[in-house]
Amino acid sequence: MSHPIPQPSFKARAEAALADRTLKLAIDRTTGTAEAKRAAAVAAFPEFDAARRRGRAIKDHVIAHLDHYLEQFERNATAAGAKVHWARTDAEARAIVTRICLDADAKLVTRAKSMLGEEIGLPHALADAGIERVETDLAEHIIQLAGEAPSHIIWPAMHRTREQVAELFRAGHQPPPAAEDPATMVQSARRALRAKFLGADIGISGANFLVADTGATCTVTNEGNAELTTTPPRIHIVTAGIEKIVPSTAHAFALLRLLVRSATGGELTQYTTFHCGPKRPGDADGPEEMHIVLVDNGRTRMLGDEFREMLRCIRCGACMNHCVVYRQIGGHAYGGTYPGPMGSVLTPVLDGLAGSRDLPNACTLNGRCEEVCPVGIPLPTLLRAWRSRSWREGLEPGTLRAGLGVWAMLARRPALYRLASRIGVRALRLFGRGGWIARLPLAGGWTRYRDMPRPPGRTFMDQYRRTRAQKGGRR
Amino acid sequence: MSAKPHPRVGLFVTCLVDAIRPQIGFAAIQLLEEAGCIVEVPAAQTCCGQPALNSGDDADAAHLARQTIAAFEGLDHVVLPSGSCAATMVHGYPELLADDPDWAARARAFAARTHEITSFLVDVMGYRPQGRRLDASATYHDSCSGLRDLGVAAQPRAMLAEIEGLQMHGLEGNDVCCGFGGTFCVKYAPISNAIVTEKAEAVERSGADLLLGGDLGCLMNMAGKLHRRGARTRCFHTVEVLAGLADGPAIGEEA
Repeated sequence: MSHPIPQPSFKARAEAALADRTLKLAIDRTTGTAEAKRAAAVAAFPEFDAARRRGRAIKDHVIAHLDHYLEQFERNATAAGAKVHWARTDAEARAIVTRICLDADAKLVTRAKSMLGEEIGLPHALADAGIERVETDLAEHIIQLAGEAPSHIIWPAMHRTREQVAELFRAGHQPPPAAEDPATMVQSARRALRAKFLGADIGISGANFLVADTGATCTVTNEGNAELTTTPPRIHIVTAGIEKIVPSTAHAFALLRLLVRSATGGELTQYTTFHCGPKRPGDADGPEEMHIVLVDNGRTRMLGDEFREMLRCIRCGACMNHCVVYRQIGGHAYGGTYPGPMGSVLTPVLDGLAGSRDLPNACTLNGRCEEVCPVGIPLPTLLRAWRSRSWREGLEPGTLRAGLGVWAMLARRPALYRLASRIGVRALRLFGRGGWIARLPLAGGWTRYRDMPRPPGRTFMDQYRRTRAQKGGRR
Repeated sequence: MSAKPHPRVGLFVTCLVDAIRPQIGFAAIQLLEEAGCIVEVPAAQTCCGQPALNSGDDADAAHLARQTIAAFEGLDHVVLPSGSCAATMVHGYPELLADDPDWAARARAFAARTHEITSFLVDVMGYRPQGRRLDASATYHDSCSGLRDLGVAAQPRAMLAEIEGLQMHGLEGNDVCCGFGGTFCVKYAPISNAIVTEKAEAVERSGADLLLGGDLGCLMNMAGKLHRRGARTRCFHTVEVLAGLADGPAIGEEA
């Protein structure tokens, strides 16, 4: 497990996040911009729905024929000169990468942002092996300076305001940036990273796509850091989840049209690079060795259960940008590698349901995530599926089970239910004055923050029956 | 869809309307009758089962689904003054009972004749309120299940546009969740509070006298927050306004 669930509970982490006004400012800035840009990109792309259907069909096809395409990818990548490794678990993946680094006697590793790398716990594994790791994505550079994990899958440092970043750079860059405007700070980061790019023994990247018919891996960035990470060092290691496979380059581009618009609102990223094997004779540059680590880590298990559709995910982050819960608590409160709606589906797969049962529950099921998902993943349905499993496995709290049990016992008996409601609304009236109830025992979650309308003395069914009786009507 | 001019409609009142705001049920009956429906209120109804469904208690949810389907057997339509309860019946029941050979087909047939009230009035009955007047400004919150699961958006607005004197104001983030989420609002109360606080701020910024919506749960959440904040916005279910009851007490106002 890459991210053992941190000790404070989800609720405690969420409350701490809610109390952090700077965090809220940072979240509002980033998600607000992302929402507006995505909306503009979709509005300017009339084929979006058609592209979405096609993207979904591509992913469904690949998921149904995963073995076929993975074997094809392995053959073609091997023919291109890469070495393909298979990792069943995060531990196996960490061990493979660490072994390659140690065998190469690597001292310095540069890494281009990869959530799969986070998922398998690569940063800690490299540190444990005594290897210096330099994150080359600007946002990853920021959180490396801060000693933090990503809080968003596209903008890992989205929880930090630019004012806080300026502070981190002043403390972490030698010499510190001369000014706090974004351009000067970016120049400062470039200066800090340039020597590392050129001095690294190994570059590690993820892959946005694995192209089966060519054996290439594809990275997309807006900073060009993936190219500088994977080209100068002697060895390039790719770590990728097996669901990243696509049949051909054309399919990768069909998905890119969705990915970039959904993630940043752009039409295409600044850099889209296909890495096919190591340096060939006559090539001007490129790594001498290329290793591709294909990671399962729970994915084949998802193939056979109700979470199969989650394998369609292309990691765009639109679901979290549009999530009312994420926008209040940010990414770290979720406690797993992946935050937001997609993370609430994946974290129980990766870290177990027992320690993460809050995640699928901490959702209003409002459906906005599914609405914006570029590959139509029914996220609310999948979150509800986790709730069902949690209920079946007895993981839901006893108080909830007891309360719901009493309610269900009554709701299953209409006559008794009507009697209980009649008594209930009269009892409820005792707790308020005028039209409102300001404090209600057992409903503190409601009345701590809002008033409760005070019910009239009679239920609808009661009033309706009386009117009918007076009129001599039926029913 | 039924082309009958006088279909027999079963009103599912919903547990919240039954207990907290019966007037919504009576307004629903009035509008359905104006639209030409023969309205019945089956006595064997309780709750649609959503609290169980959304808590993962599928067995109780399925029991309530069967009970509700049986209670409304023989009626042309089932109509609810709630998008989320209607969505539970339209999408949840067929899924819950999909593997039950005795009930799967009944659940699908039941779902096909179940409607949220404002969409039923407009789409099925072609109803528009006539001769209603209300001198006020109002804003409308799109509750999530009605909007995304059932496509309820244009219908309530089309009917509200027929009310003379009623000025509709836009609501920033009208399609963003209010933070109610059923049991979510008490299970994760601080998060729910943060969400509804932003919603209340948007409602206040709209400057409207009234906040309207189609789900009592969401309305209670927003009205309760607005009242706690000292806002003067008055909250009604859409059908109350359509039935001409907005000159009476709003949610949280004593009769």
